[in-house]
Amino acid sequence: MNSGDTAWVLIASALVLLMTIPGLAFFYGGLVRRKNVLSILMQCFIIVCVISLQWMLFGYSLAFGPDFHGIIGKLDWIGLAGVGAAPNPDYAATIPHLAFMIFQAMFAIITPALIIGAYAERVKFPAFLLFTVLWATFVYDPLAHWVWGTGGWLKSLGGLDFAGGIVVHVSSGISALVLALLLGKRVGYNHKPIRPHNLPFTVLGAALLWFGWFGFNAGSALAADGLAATAFVNTNTATAAAGLTWALIEWWHSGSPTVLGTATGAVAGLVAITPACGFVNPMNAMLIGIIVAFACYAAVAVIKGKLGYDDSLDAFGVHGVGGTVGTLLTGIFAQKAINAAGADGLLFGNLHLFGIQCLMLVVTIVFAAIMTFIIFKIVDVTIGMRVEEKNEIIGLDLTQQSEAAYTVIE
Amino acid sequence: MKLVIAIIQPHKLEAVKRELEAVEVNLMTVTNVLGQGRQKGLTEIYRGAREAGGLLNKVRLDIAVNEDFVEPTIDAVTRGAHTGSVGDGKIFVVELAQCIRISSGERGGIAIG
Repeated sequence: MNSGDTAWVLIASALVLLMTIPGLAFFYGGLVRRKNVLSILMQCFIIVCVISLQWMLFGYSLAFGPDFHGIIGKLDWIGLAGVGAAPNPDYAATIPHLAFMIFQAMFAIITPALIIGAYAERVKFPAFLLFTVLWATFVYDPLAHWVWGTGGWLKSLGGLDFAGGIVVHVSSGISALVLALLLGKRVGYNHKPIRPHNLPFTVLGAALLWFGWFGFNAGSALAADGLAATAFVNTNTATAAAGLTWALIEWWHSGSPTVLGTATGAVAGLVAITPACGFVNPMNAMLIGIIVAFACYAAVAVIKGKLGYDDSLDAFGVHGVGGTVGTLLTGIFAQKAINAAGADGLLFGNLHLFGIQCLMLVVTIVFAAIMTFIIFKIVDVTIGMRVEEKNEIIGLDLTQQSEAAYTVIE
Repeated sequence: MKLVIAIIQPHKLEAVKRELEAVEVNLMTVTNVLGQGRQKGLTEIYRGAREAGGLLNKVRLDIAVNEDFVEPTIDAVTRGAHTGSVGDGKIFVVELAQCIRISSGERGGIAIG
């Protein structure tokens, strides 16, 4: 056991919590209309409550418990049975097993929260709750086991995902796209502009995401060591490059560099560096940031408009596309000189890793899409996923939460 | 009695108030409003989605006056709000059927000033 490592992982866990509340909550909350801001804050907040318990009761055991044929974790650790202060050398030999568990809990929490961006402003609250629990149990937990669990079949193949590009961002981003397609557009989308109601909230949220992401990425080293510092520097570099690049693209393409664009670019950079941050050098991290800004800008500002789906807050455009770009670029830019436990990528003469990264992507996309479709149908038949049109027009704050965020008259 | 409704540029409010005070028109109601005229709106861009013609912020003054004060009020608002460009605003003058001061119950011209 190492007290420095333990201290860092515990702090990193708290940083990752900060990403969901208030980071993501305000990033998304500012982007919706004033009548729906509380529904977003509520969804983010209660996901922390619900998934914390799901994870403690059985989710952690499904994802990281003793392996069952590479597919899923066995239920030996239900209710954290046998998960205590002693380290589990399979995952992290120098910190308490409980510290590893709670660090992973924060990842399990933020992943379903990212999907909120696709269905914002039009789902019933009970349907959202059921969807979230089913998705966490039948999509996130198995996928986390495949990629990160000891004995997981994708991990055994040698796929690289340092901090969750596949498990967190591609999975949530693809599910977001499927949901946006199944749910349909918001009332009035395309006919009249749907403006963000509070961009300062969104910028504040993006800044908190950037701050918390150091816990997400550098914490994934699971030690206070050189690898953590590498991941930290790469995270900052890619984010800075992507934020600047987005602003410049926008300046050239639509005439003004916007603060929403710069913040969105930074988040895209954070997403793309996530799988790569422990395997690449800082110059390549910068390249990853520049490339992902082009890819996500194209997805959000050009392709989305042409295809016409309503991914309200661009959960797919930023997390799905950014995670995909990051996973592929990990297969190109990874080098053993940075992390001996990793592998060399395409740029360093190894085609094999790139192939595995592509395989991981295809598996994740197909699995997440099919499972999200099935879970959507279950929820839609039992509860009904979408609110009535009348309630959608009134707003989710009043119709789902019986509250209003802002008063006009005292 | 007339109701003078003036739509002006927000940054001209202080100048208009000074001019109105100079002609002893001290009672008014001020609201923030949105609108567009010949000036048109400005284009806003959200993640590449362009929205032309967003409404512009304006300030609306509602000023109830007796007949003697109608022209001085119009002149004062014009002096305070004029720059000569489109977007300076408009002044509407409408008949006012009645005016009641709630505190005293006074009605008509005496209740206005």
